[in-house]
Amino acid sequence: MGALLEIGQLTAGYGATQVLFGIDLAVGEREVTTLLGRNGMGKTTTIRTLMGLARATGGTIRFRGERIDNLAPERIARMGLAVVPEGRQIFPNLSVEENLRAFAGNRCAAADPWTLDRVYAFLPRLQERRRNMGNQLSGGEQQMLAIGRALMTNPHLLILDEATEGLAPLVREDIWQCLHTLAAQGQAILVIDKYVTRLIALAHRHTIIERGRVVWSGTSAALDADHGVWHRYLGV
Amino acid sequence: MDPILVLEQSLNGLQFGLMLFLLAAGLTLVFGIMDMINLAHGSLYMIGAYLAAAVAMATGSFWLAVAVAMGGTAVIGVVLEVTLLRRLYQRDHLHQVLATFALILMSNEAVRMIWGPTALALDPPPSLAGPVELLPGLYYPAFRLVIIGVGLLVAVLLYFLVSHTRLGMLVRAGASNREMARAMGVRVSLVFTIVFAIGAALCALAGAMLGPLFAVQVGMGESILILAFVVIVIGGIGSIRGALVGALLVGMVDTVGRTFLPMWLRAVLPPTVASNLGPALASVLIYVLMAGVLFWRPQGLFPARG
Ligand SMILES: Nc1ncnc2c1ncn2[C@@H]1O[C@H](COP(=O)(O)OP(=O)(O)OP(=O)(O)O)[C@@H](O)[C@H]1O
Ligand SMILES: [Mg+2]
Repeated sequence: MGALLEIGQLTAGYGATQVLFGIDLAVGEREVTTLLGRNGMGKTTTIRTLMGLARATGGTIRFRGERIDNLAPERIARMGLAVVPEGRQIFPNLSVEENLRAFAGNRCAAADPWTLDRVYAFLPRLQERRRNMGNQLSGGEQQMLAIGRALMTNPHLLILDEATEGLAPLVREDIWQCLHTLAAQGQAILVIDKYVTRLIALAHRHTIIERGRVVWSGTSAALDADHGVWHRYLGV
Repeated sequence: MDPILVLEQSLNGLQFGLMLFLLAAGLTLVFGIMDMINLAHGSLYMIGAYLAAAVAMATGSFWLAVAVAMGGTAVIGVVLEVTLLRRLYQRDHLHQVLATFALILMSNEAVRMIWGPTALALDPPPSLAGPVELLPGLYYPAFRLVIIGVGLLVAVLLYFLVSHTRLGMLVRAGASNREMARAMGVRVSLVFTIVFAIGAALCALAGAMLGPLFAVQVGMGESILILAFVVIVIGGIGSIRGALVGALLVGMVDTVGRTFLPMWLRAVLPPTVASNLGPALASVLIYVLMAGVLFWRPQGLFPARG
């Protein structure tokens, strides 16, 4: 498996406050990787830096062999990275269908790309709500829409930042189901979440960060076997 | 009150409101998407009017003049955006105000150098110069009716562009959450250049259509710019629908207020007081309107940001 995404010794922050102190992280083709850590440890900052929304002050980010650190966000996205961001960030003044259609493209040149019809078949709730505006949706529907919106770009790598946050248990279950389906189809995914057992079932490899540094990384089997790690770094 | 006068003034208000909308549409998108305060928007209106007057003088065709003014001003707008304004988006509003104020002074001076200090005349097409009898006793200038028609047509076209095309979706996405739009791969700066070109062309259209009513002269952009800002603040920054509603409100209140407020005051106050107070009060009416709207809806009537 060649590495799709390779982050090496990445440092970043906000103004004078440094938040990341040398992050190493890799995602392989067709692989699901997680980024774990307690609140405020720098997970979202890593994603924002990766997407070009925050400045990398050092280190490298390679995507499909090319350096992408500090490129403009739209260039990075067009190379085939799509993010389901923290807080969903649905466009409130676009309808559900517009949120899906506006950014559609086949960025990974898939033979069988995601289309509006396929997304509706995959997330039927969105079809029922297609004429509603983004701000008229429930939290779960917004989350589905954020996933559908990202899939419509046919990304090489799908990134999810706390996609199950703040959802009712049943809705959360739907999201996990979606992710399992995508993983089975070979979609490469980088996922941030706090349900460790669910992530062990879903993902291949895991990276745990603490205060902007990688403190543990390994396979699902290794993480499953070492509950001391859960306790020490994840507080569960 | 004379119903003919009321009707006539309402049409005037509608006509002025629609022209304000042409200016406000571009201004609100520029402000909404790029968070950029562009004082030079009024200069594009002036440049459009001058181009129209010059071409009309040279060719004798009003409509050709309108088309050339729109195209020429769009090109000038794009050149300005790509070479200069683009550098200001990341700066704070004070820098933007200073730089674009400098642009006002420079374009005023440039226009003075090219066309001289005296106002130019721009005549409406001869076939539209006379009045039409809309109702028995209500004669209304044909050209003003055409202005209303053009304004409504542009409003419909813009509505279609913004709400039914992909460009429109990207514009709305950029206006509500620019960072997320970029993260989804939208080349916001390209979208913005296109928006700027359209906005400049609409400025020129307004300048050319209003040219026959007001004088085409240096400084004409500044007073109308202030009204356009009032419009977009009332309507909600970044919203085309807000710009339309705001423009119609401001156009109506301003026009109708200037006519009827002095009349009403004369009915209740001594004549000397009324004749002093009337025009003064009428000219602050739109600011009262703005303050009222902002009191109830601090984001304006149709805020683009959720
Ligand atoms: N815009 C910002 N400006 C300044 N500091 C910030 C900003 N955003 C985050 N931080 C700080 O950076 C650190 C890392 O935040 P980040 O959002 O990356 O954490 P996280 O791991 O995603 O946490 P969470 O689980 O709460 O989402 C925190 O200490 C936070 O206070
Ligand atoms: Mg976070």
